[in-house]
Amino acid sequence: MSVTSVYPELEQLLPLVKKPIQYVGGELGAVRKEWDTTTVRWALMYPDAYEVGVPNQGVQILYEVLNELDDVLAERTYAVWPDLEALMRERGVPQFTVDAHRPVKAFDAFGISFATEMGYTNLLTALDLAGIPIQSSDRTDDHPIVIAGGHAAFNPEPIAPFIDAAVLGDGEEAVLEITGIIRAWKAEGRPGGRDELLLRLARTESVYVPRFYDVDYLPDGRIQRVVPNRADVPFRVHKRTTMDLDAWPYPKKPLVPLAESVHERYAVEIFRGCTRGCRFCQAGMITRPVRERSITTIGEMVQKGIAESGFNEVGLLSLSSADHSEIGDVCSGLADNYEGDNVSLSLPSTRVDAFNVELANELSRNGRRSGLTFAPEGGSERIRRVINKMVSEEDLIRTVVTAYGNGWRQVKLYFMCGLPTETDEDVLAIAKMAHEVIRAGRAAAGNKDIRCTVSIGGFVPKPHTPFQWAAQADPETVDRRLDLLKKEINSDRSLGRAIGYRYHDGQPSLIEGLLSRGDRRVSEVILEAWRDGGRFDGWTEHFSYERWAGAAEKALARFGVDLAWYTTRERGETEVLPWDHLDSGLDKDWLWADWQDAVAEVEQDDCRWTPCFDCGVCPAMDTEIQIGPTGKKLLPLAVTGQPSRGVVPSSQSYEADEA
Amino acid sequence: MARVQPEQQAPVVQRIRIRYAKRGPLRFTSHRDFARALERAVRRARLPIAYSSGFHPHPRISYTSAAPTGVASEAEYAEIALQRRIDPADLVRDLDAALPPGLDVLEAAESTGGSLDERLTVSHWRLELPGVTDAQATDAITAFLNAEEISVQRMTKKGYRTIDPRQPVLHLGLHSDESGALSAPHAADADSCAILDLVVQHVTPSVRPDDVLAGLRVAAGLEPPVPPRVTRLAQGMVAEHGEGSTPFSAGTESATGAGFALSAVGGLADPLGPDRGTVVTE
Repeated sequence: MSVTSVYPELEQLLPLVKKPIQYVGGELGAVRKEWDTTTVRWALMYPDAYEVGVPNQGVQILYEVLNELDDVLAERTYAVWPDLEALMRERGVPQFTVDAHRPVKAFDAFGISFATEMGYTNLLTALDLAGIPIQSSDRTDDHPIVIAGGHAAFNPEPIAPFIDAAVLGDGEEAVLEITGIIRAWKAEGRPGGRDELLLRLARTESVYVPRFYDVDYLPDGRIQRVVPNRADVPFRVHKRTTMDLDAWPYPKKPLVPLAESVHERYAVEIFRGCTRGCRFCQAGMITRPVRERSITTIGEMVQKGIAESGFNEVGLLSLSSADHSEIGDVCSGLADNYEGDNVSLSLPSTRVDAFNVELANELSRNGRRSGLTFAPEGGSERIRRVINKMVSEEDLIRTVVTAYGNGWRQVKLYFMCGLPTETDEDVLAIAKMAHEVIRAGRAAAGNKDIRCTVSIGGFVPKPHTPFQWAAQADPETVDRRLDLLKKEINSDRSLGRAIGYRYHDGQPSLIEGLLSRGDRRVSEVILEAWRDGGRFDGWTEHFSYERWAGAAEKALARFGVDLAWYTTRERGETEVLPWDHLDSGLDKDWLWADWQDAVAEVEQDDCRWTPCFDCGVCPAMDTEIQIGPTGKKLLPLAVTGQPSRGVVPSSQSYEADEA
Repeated sequence: MARVQPEQQAPVVQRIRIRYAKRGPLRFTSHRDFARALERAVRRARLPIAYSSGFHPHPRISYTSAAPTGVASEAEYAEIALQRRIDPADLVRDLDAALPPGLDVLEAAESTGGSLDERLTVSHWRLELPGVTDAQATDAITAFLNAEEISVQRMTKKGYRTIDPRQPVLHLGLHSDESGALSAPHAADADSCAILDLVVQHVTPSVRPDDVLAGLRVAAGLEPPVPPRVTRLAQGMVAEHGEGSTPFSAGTESATGAGFALSAVGGLADPLGPDRGTVVTE
């Protein structure tokens, strides 16, 4: 049975909506396949607007990995804006893929990558527009298997009733395994229907199927236990870890959209995982261990990626890019290769040390030195000990002095507000730091033409981190501290006028907190908020705190819990957390000990350079740290028809500061 | 510390003017979208493009006034400055291969100087109105052309603005399908899809096909049931009758047919005509 394109119907609507190009597809790197020549078909979604979703690495990687198989088809779909949603409902046009404009409902699997919980309402819109029942229990053999992935899938309980399955961790091998199971099941004539397919997925022990687990609650609202409700379903579901990133050099053919997107660049992950141990950072906790991509693979990927895409910017991505064991050679090698080519290189570096400035200098060798970004995260040394962000005030000042002295005009500093144990003084210390940055920076630059921007957001405790037990600060406290900080920054006019202040108010963070640490009961809140018009909740102009607070009140009352119970309540050591049956590899006892260390202001080193501290991931997952140095150099560009401009430096290398 | 001065970029040694098309679904590309796609295609095709000097070097490409987002075109123009001489035919081939299908480079000519913009004073548009009969269209056209003045509202960045779409219209009529390759697919349902030819002068504020459609609504109550499909077939100057007239010369024959002539005007002079020593057509 073939499936027809909905484009003719959609085309009638496109002249009536904003930025119609985002719904048209036709990107460079996009794959078109015949429906009938494939046996397993995936619709992949990033649940936000096209401009945000199309650069997403996760979706691009899975799209390419799947489409490399002859009998597999993968197409992409994104959240449609409310203007098109209204027209689609009016004219009966279903949720479609942008590749061949096929209805999402016709696919075997519908995979959604959740980088953030704020995309949950967009999942419901997509399911509803697709004609797929919102509740998993209402779906039949005619509907795709709905599978959640991405970091938010490490606690998928708030969307458990809406999804059929969730995958924790790296997706590239997981999608192939799931594809194999679907292929075999279809080839056998779909024995046992949907239920059997889900059971086969669950038996892998790395696909979580919420319907096979029952949650019991205590009278006080806490969870009593989460247990499988069938035989041979595992008690715990484990995350996936892809080892040897050199064997998975994706994206090879990056998607280059016609529409403008948030990241217009070729992005290469230079490593996965991070063991810096920042206690607020869910990404750093759930992606362990560190696995580096080698300098030679990075060089090849960048060369091919730039040639394929025509992008003029390269992003070297990771959770802390300056920590790559050969980052100095990577940066100088790329700077050599692209000298004079008007290709710009960027390192989203957030670590505070002078080495980062050297790298940034190298990457901007021919370009303008506009701004550098650092993330001290906390204003006082005390709070930085609590969050395990080991940066001293002197380090920071030395770093920014180096930056301003090297011709950088602007330094952006990232902070969080509402951290565990935080006091007003901790937040006000940010102002003192910013003043000192401007004072020292003016002296180093020799003029007053420098700026510093303080950017601050509300902290949200996340599952699988040492702060998973912490009480989230209430929005009133966060907003009050943000206001105090603003006044303190401007208390010295001469310094304050060189300091920009950007902040997000506390209310959206509270809702993010609800969705992050929620359990299955929170699904009712999401449904209520969505029915009330909730869409694109990650966008300030679409988010409504009143809608969410109202939905929480309405939906949670019958359970005897409320918004505050999920957010500003501190959890005890023995409380069963909604995600305890989902195994990120982190040992819960270690997490608790690290939480106690946080409160006691005790720091934790990085296991790349100090002995293992038994977080539990490597033995639990049978993985290990994979880092260099390889001792190899980045190869010069082999440019056909044009003389190579770059010369490989033989002696240039940087000592990693902690090495 | 003294600021690092940016490197000077290589000088321009050649300028090549191109005509390109925006077709099918890619008619929904905005001008900014197209500009980004073209710049990337230039890099992918490894054309020796010239860059502006300064801290943010930009590829030196000049665009002429673009067809609106959602309107297809067979006649968009741009000029590309190069730091090394190349054959315009190679540029057409390589650039077209590097652009997605639907954004198609059709022809190129090396600039011999003079302003390209000054040669683009008139546009010829094709309007397809599914669900509108020829008779309805004819009545509306008559009412439109007979009106002394029509005022329609257009939303601009500064709010609504009133313009007169009648004044710059040189020609508006039903398309006679003797020559039209474009109208062929609609031959079967010709009764329910009126096809109009529209020739409009480029004026300030500009009058676009949408404004003329709004004028048809205001002057004659014509309300197409589905959004019309619009294509820019040609741009140029109104050629004088008689000597020097090159009605729809090189490059547009596929769209309009060699024998095409509009009664109200003598045809459009090919904007690349003065540049052609060597005419290159895809």
